Parts: sequence; structure tokens; C-alpha cells
Amino acid sequence: MQSVGMIILQRLGLGLVTLFVVSVIIFTAVNMLPGDFAQAILGQGATPEAVEAIRESIGLNKDPFTRYFEWLTAALQGDFGTSFAQVSFSEFAGSDTGKGGIGSVTDQLVPRFKNTLFLASVAAIISIPLSLVLGILAALYRNSAYDRVVNVSTLSAISSPDFFLAYILILALAVINPLFPAVSNVYDGLTFWERLNASMLPALTLTLAVTAQMMRMTRASIINLLASPYIEMARLKGLSPMRVIVKHALPNALAPIINVIALNLAFLITGVVVVEVVFVYPGIGQLFVDSVKIRDIPIVQACCLVFAATYILLNLTADIASILTNPRLRHPK
Amino acid sequence: MNFNLDRRSVLKTGAATAAATALTTIPAKAAKKGGKLRLGLAGANTSDSWDGRTHSDSFMIMLGHGAVFDCLTEVAADGSLKGELAESWEASADAKTWTFKLRKGVTFHNGKAFGADDVIASLKMHTAEGAKSAAKPIVAAITGMDKISDSEVKFTLKAGNADFPFLLSDYHILMYPAGDEDEAIAKGIGTGLYEVVSFDPGVRCTLKRYAGHYKGDDAGFFDEVEAIAINDSSARQNAIMTGQVDAINRVDFKTEALMKANPNVNIFEVTGNQHYTFPMQTQLAPFDDLKVRQALKHAINRQELVDKILLGHGQVANDHPIGPANPYFAADIEQNSYDPEKAKSLLKDAGLSGLKVDLSAANAAFPGAVDAAQLYQASAKAAGIEINVVQEPDDGYWSNVWLKKAWCACYWSGRATEDWMFSTAYETGVPWNDTTWENKRFQELLLTARAELDSGKRKTMYTEMQMLMATEGGTVIPMYANYVDAHSTKLANTGTFGNNFQMDGSRIIERWWFA
Repeated sequence: MQSVGMIILQRLGLGLVTLFVVSVIIFTAVNMLPGDFAQAILGQGATPEAVEAIRESIGLNKDPFTRYFEWLTAALQGDFGTSFAQVSFSEFAGSDTGKGGIGSVTDQLVPRFKNTLFLASVAAIISIPLSLVLGILAALYRNSAYDRVVNVSTLSAISSPDFFLAYILILALAVINPLFPAVSNVYDGLTFWERLNASMLPALTLTLAVTAQMMRMTRASIINLLASPYIEMARLKGLSPMRVIVKHALPNALAPIINVIALNLAFLITGVVVVEVVFVYPGIGQLFVDSVKIRDIPIVQACCLVFAATYILLNLTADIASILTNPRLRHPK
Repeated sequence: MNFNLDRRSVLKTGAATAAATALTTIPAKAAKKGGKLRLGLAGANTSDSWDGRTHSDSFMIMLGHGAVFDCLTEVAADGSLKGELAESWEASADAKTWTFKLRKGVTFHNGKAFGADDVIASLKMHTAEGAKSAAKPIVAAITGMDKISDSEVKFTLKAGNADFPFLLSDYHILMYPAGDEDEAIAKGIGTGLYEVVSFDPGVRCTLKRYAGHYKGDDAGFFDEVEAIAINDSSARQNAIMTGQVDAINRVDFKTEALMKANPNVNIFEVTGNQHYTFPMQTQLAPFDDLKVRQALKHAINRQELVDKILLGHGQVANDHPIGPANPYFAADIEQNSYDPEKAKSLLKDAGLSGLKVDLSAANAAFPGAVDAAQLYQASAKAAGIEINVVQEPDDGYWSNVWLKKAWCACYWSGRATEDWMFSTAYETGVPWNDTTWENKRFQELLLTARAELDSGKRKTMYTEMQMLMATEGGTVIPMYANYVDAHSTKLANTGTFGNNFQMDGSRIIERWWFA
């Protein structure tokens, strides 16, 4: 088990390096976008003096290197700064909200991230069992009409853009059959069931977007094993096809399936941007889009780090899970 | 728009104005109290706050001056000016000194009584050190603010301004409790009909009716209000089509017909002052030549632009920025029309056989600006004018293109008064003068009309200024764009919509009710 511990440490270390590289890339990319926060917020009123005044108040007049390292130093101490929007408006009000006050990036991000996690959980709870069952049944009845229908429908779902799926679902489940709300009005104080109801359409959209990969991986990795001698043995013993697949094939097929599931879980968090915008779901994706629009670099940076960290951690989880499910990897010589 | 004349003649004393508007107030018995109004609104940002100085987009304009806060004066649905926190006002003969009597017995949502100190403190917020208020020019023109009593304030202006009470209805100039400005901005403590229950910037805001409000039974019929930020236009449309909200703003022209087919949804639209422009820098060749400017004004097919860019949701404009929501809008002056022959002969008079000009456009200027520029290009061809449409990036358009390029696309939301509009963008030397047009007579009229209290004389002067701009001015203004909003058939209203902003002058929360 010591080797697993080593691997985790090693990967976490590499993860930190990746986060650092991501932050550099994002910072550079946002700086290369035309226009900056001052111009975006002032719009038509962007006279040179006004732009300069705002730039100075949020420190945008310093050179990019200084700004980046100031941000990095603070971020390493757990302070992701204050969003430009908040700094700018505390200036208007003539008072400073200060570090960790109402306007800190962390304060803005945390409630949004919780909403996104809720949405991702709902989507995961629906999509993972669904794709496993669909995949196992497809392996069992491979090349049957059922197999083809499932394959074609999940593949068409994954091939369509998210927003298209979203509008189809709105049409079917909100306009023609008003089962769920078309706009996810989620806020504090909702009961669990109200929140679930409001999140249902975006969750279903995400489900459609991730089911195909997980289902097809389940099917493929099971079918792959069906030619193995031990499966033949099980079959010769006279076991039912269902038992052969679930008891004998599935445990050995788990590693690749878990891998795909972990990757798709990451997508459920990082891939929500479009879905959240279509359904006006107040998650991290919507905050990200709003902040890019006004070039609010501290928020954009923090959102990207959250996305990157999610990917790194879930990838790590996937690798560890596949080690744990494989005794040969668990006890290396 | 004849009633405007009547009301201007009584502008000098607010008490008379109040009497005049009393005739047009809502028949209170028709309105029903109760219910929760749910709005799906575009124009929300994560940077939104209760600081009126920063309000620029529809979400906060509607919730700020239209629900939680009050101004001293208010533009009524019929376009007339009435007192909001001010009861009446009086001007000196030179329109330099204004005395405002304030409403008595008004309280802020935190229980504090409203008085003259609050007025003075609230106005001073706009000129405070480092404050970046959009209403700064209005307040900076006040040289003295004197508290005469708790309910009376005297303002002394730098120069006479007959529109002063009108300017105080600006949605930036909200009244805050003196001494508690910071807290009021943080929590949203005003004197408005509704108090804040919760506010999540860029996401959602809920309000409840403030008990015992001074507007009593004449306004504020809903018990509760929930405003949801829906910046995506399809999502906004879905929300009203499925009955999740009761009203939305900024209906997409392209899908307006589909919404009309829904029996539970009504579209309401008004033509206000919002207009789209093509300003030319008149100090630069070839736009320094009046004949060239006139040729370009006759080379655009305005009706085609209204039909194709606005899909009919607008009106042809006449190269001056005064719109139907302005008191002295001159609808009867000669319309600049599409006339390629005339344009050709004008060019000939200028000694040119043809003309080749660049026109910069991006959809950041107004929705469909690039298409509009291309239509302009096609219509101008017939007049022998070759317009080269330069498509600019949306980002940074206002910093890099507008005021920089010799000819570009632009928009103006318009201003409540003629003087305000002209002095924002057409007075010599102001920073937003995007045509750098200088006309002696125009500048002279601008200053005289500003201090003139006689509304008949002002009408003559403002009409002349509109004519001057139409014939000699430096900007091509093809059209006024309507405000198009949608509401559920469950909602009822007085039938008169304010046309100064979208959604009944951004006061739908105060003025409407559930049928």
C-alpha cells in the first residue's frame, strides 16, 4: 500500500505544478483579450480619464508581471483577492470592503460552487447507474435491436451540442408538458425537493451529455472480456448470461469504467458553463461567463483554478481506483 | 404630444404641476392589491449594487429608482413631471435659484425620517472626491445647497437651467439617509415603495411592500416582487412562455411573432428616445464639407433600416437626437429622405464626381449595426457613394473606435430633456461630442433656451435647433428603436406606458397590478 501513498503524493505534487501553469496561461490569455475591466465596465462612458481612474484603483496600471506575482503571493496564502467589480464599487461608495469582506472572491465563489456541485451530484446520481445498467444490458444483448437503439440514441445525444439538447428538453418537459421549470431559479431557503425540481432540466441535459461515453465503455470493456478463458469456463459451468456478466466479467472490467466515470464527473463540473447559461443556473459556470465578459481577472483566475483542480483530483481518483480494483497493481513485485 | 406644451407652461411652479397631473393619475379603484410580481430581467451584472451613482443597466434601474429608492421628482407615465419626494418647487425669474418643498412624514426603510439633510447629503455623494457618478455634471452645476427648514431646500445654480427639476428625476440621483449612506448602499435602504428582502447581485432580488408608504393606495399594488436576472434572451423568453415569470424586458425582435402567438403573453412596446446614429467627425475630410454630409444623409434608406434591422419595431428618425419622449420633440420638420439623385447633385455641388468613405461598425454599437452599415452601403451605391464597411471588434469598441474613427456606428439611449441631450453630446467642447460639430447659432440657442422659463419660447428655440441638426449637423440618425417588453395577461395596467425607459418607464413594479 505504501506505493499507492507514494503515487498519491507524487501526483498531488504534479497537480500543484499543473495548477501553477494553468494560472499563468489563464492570466496571459485574459490579458490578451481586447479591452480590460475598466473599458468593459464603462462602456460608452470610457473616456481616457475615467478608464485611467478605474485602472489605478484596481491596480491594472501596473505591469502584468507585478500584477501576476502579487496575485500569486496572496493566493499562496489562501487569499484570492477581491473581484475588480467589488473593488471598483467600494471606491464609488468611498469605503473599503477589505480582505475577506463581502466582496472577496472566495465569498463570491463558494455559494456558486456549492450550487454547481449540487447540480453535478444530481446529474451523476442519475447518469452513472443509468449508463452502467444500459451498458451491461447492451453487452448482454449485444448486436440485438436493443443494443442498436441504445447505441444510436446515446451517440446522437453526445453528438449534439449541449445547448441544443437543453432547448429540446425545455420544449419537451417545460413547454409542451410543463413538468419542470425552464429557468432554474435556485436560491438559499429552497427545500431540497424544490431545489431538485429547479435543477432537473440542467441535470437531465448533463445526463444526456455524459451517458454515451460511460455506457459504451461499460459495454466495450465487458465484451472485451467475454472471449477470456475464465468467462468460457463460467459459461461451460452452465451459469446464466446475466450472472456471467455481472459476477465474472464486470469486476475485471471495472478499471476502465471507473476511469471514464471519473473523467465524466470532472466534465459535470467543468462542462456546465453552457448549460448553466441556458438555464440561468447560478453556478460557477455562469459566474465565470459573467466575469469573463467584464474581464474580472481575479474571479476568472479563481474559477479556472477550481476547474483545473477538479480535473486533477478526479483524474487522481480514477488512477487510484483502478489500482485498487486490480490486485496485480495493488501488489507490485 | 400636445399635452407636453400644457405641462411645460406650468413647469415653473411645481404645485401647479401637481394639480395638472392629478387629472391623469390612475383610477385607484381599478387597481387591485396583492400577489407576487415575478420579473425576468436582462441587464444584470455581478457588479450590481444599491449605489445609484453606478446604475446603468436595466436590472438596477428598475429596482433602484423604480422600487426601493425615490428621487425628488418623477416622470409620470404620460411624460409629465411630478413630485416624488419633493412636493412642489419654485424658480427665480432667471431659473438660477430653485426652492424645493419636501414631502413631510416620509420615512426610510430603517425608520429614519426623511428631510432636507438627506437631500443635501445624497446630492453631495455625486461630487465627493473620487466618486465616478454618471450624474456628476448635473450636481456639479449646483453651487449652493441651503437647508431652509427640515422640509425645504434652496439650490443655487451656476447658470440658469429651466430643466433643473426634470434633471432631478434622473435614476442616478437617489435619496439616501444622511450619515448612513454606506449602510444604505450595502443593504438597500431607501424611501421607495418596496424594501429589500434579499439581493444576490447578478442573480436575484426579492422585495416586499413597505407598509405605510407615502404613495399610499395610488401605487405599489404588489405585496412582493421577485426579480430574476436572465441575461440570455432565449431563456428570458422561455421563462415567460412557460409562465415562470410575469413580465420580461428586451424581447428579441426576431422571435416576437412567436411570442405573440401565445395567448397568455402580451407584447407592449413604446417608441422612446433610444436612437441609433452614425456620427461623422466634422473636422476631418471629407466630413468637413457640409454638402458631403448632406449627401450622406440623403443616401440612406431609413425605412428599409427600420424594416430590416428593427423588424418594424422602431421609427424613422431625422438626424437629430430629440425623440418622441422629449417634451419639445418637433415631429413636423422636413424629413431627410432617401434621394440618390439629390445626393448625387449635392456631391456635384461639392465638386466631387464620387465619394469613397470608410464606415466602422460593430454590433457593440447597437444590435445589427454591421448589417445596418451594409444596407447603408447598398443604398449609397445608387448615389455614386462607395461606403467601405469596416467591421470592428465588439471588445473595446467604445474606447478604440467611437470618438476615434472618422465615421462609425453608435447609439444613444436619449435623455429626458432637450438640453440634457444636446449638452451631453452636441455642445462644443464636451467630451462625448462625437461629431465635433460647431455651429454658432446652435450653441447660442442652447445657452439661451437653457435659462428660459417660458415654454412657448423654448419650443421655438428647440425646434430651430432640431432643424439645424437635421440640415447641417454631423450625425446621420436613421431611426428610433422601440422598447419591446412582454407581460403575462394576468397583469393589468393603466393603459398609458411611460416611454422614457423600457417597462413603463422602468416603473412597472410601482404602477402595475394583477387583474
